[in-house]
Amino acid sequence: MANRITLEVTRFNPARDEKPTLDTYEVPLRKEWVVLDALNYIKDHLDGGLSFRWSCRMGVCGSCGMMVNEVPKLTCATFLSDYAPGPVRVAPMKNFPVLRDLVVDTSDFLLKLAKSKPWIIRKVEKPLDEEYFQTPEQMDAYKQFSMCINCMLCYAACPVYGLDPLFSGPAALALAQRYNMDSRDEGASDRFDILSQHDGIWGCTFVGECTQVCPKNVDPAGAIQQYKLAATMEWLKALVLPRGAE
Amino acid sequence: MINPTEYLPKTYRVRMSTYWWLARWPYLKFILREGSSVFVAWAAVITLLAIRALQRGPAAYAQFEAWLRTPVLLTINGISFFFVLFHAVTWFNLAPKAMVIRLGKKRLPNAVVSAPNYVAWLIISAALTWVLLRG
Repeated sequence: MANRITLEVTRFNPARDEKPTLDTYEVPLRKEWVVLDALNYIKDHLDGGLSFRWSCRMGVCGSCGMMVNEVPKLTCATFLSDYAPGPVRVAPMKNFPVLRDLVVDTSDFLLKLAKSKPWIIRKVEKPLDEEYFQTPEQMDAYKQFSMCINCMLCYAACPVYGLDPLFSGPAALALAQRYNMDSRDEGASDRFDILSQHDGIWGCTFVGECTQVCPKNVDPAGAIQQYKLAATMEWLKALVLPRGAE
Repeated sequence: MINPTEYLPKTYRVRMSTYWWLARWPYLKFILREGSSVFVAWAAVITLLAIRALQRGPAAYAQFEAWLRTPVLLTINGISFFFVLFHAVTWFNLAPKAMVIRLGKKRLPNAVVSAPNYVAWLIISAALTWVLLRG
């Protein structure tokens, strides 16, 4: 294995540049190094001005998502050696406005996430000293969807979101489904109007790449298809039983 | 009105290329899957034309068969056959994504949810083959 590898990193300075450019750096190729280590090496030794987000370095915080050779990846979980002999192209996540270098503006996702009401909604809250019991099977029904770390790699992989920025997007819909399937939640009808719109679940054409790139195996594509089935059943129920569909 | 204190950074937005679906194989596969619907529609049209020819009598059906044997039709139907198979397989594999079936405490594996589709496909195909080849 060669002991160095080339990184081609997208640079964009909003104060100076009209559009992004590419800078090339040569970094040590170490077996245990991930792409994030290489970026930190560049920042520490080669170019202190390089901007990128990161925090936990262990696939939990969801901050370090970037495009690595055109595929959305958590750079803390993407080994450099898998790309040897290189070069490795590192770019900001697709489908988001670029603020600087590898940093993107995530405001749109945060707005959409809030709209899908990803929290437990109760019609009547129990007193604080009472608990909401849940069996392991009831937890199992939504657990996979609850593993989302809001890394937004699914948005970077979703061509529907890229083409139609109004689309709610994979993570927001998967998290809505996570709460709909939670036995303690009573907010499915509150979420229904927002999520069953054209820009909600029906905007999804099931490309399926959101599921492929998800570092936590959340399967947002599956969540959306399940929601489509549930929404269709609701519609059918309302059609057959117009007065008693509640 | 724009709030003067609102954070309004200058950003760069990459416009998606018209040819985004050529950039990676999974996207191309998706477009081929969606495009396969055209060939499914074509197969339906051919079936309707066959029924119409049958209804019009032996001469019309022989003419229809001769038309099917032309190189252009053979090529189109060969390609259509591939895409109809691709369409069926991708559609059947979608079933476990949309339907989560639990048996007792366990979720049924994806393959088990897809399997009845394939079994039904096989039985209907075998029945049709039997009807057609019986003489």
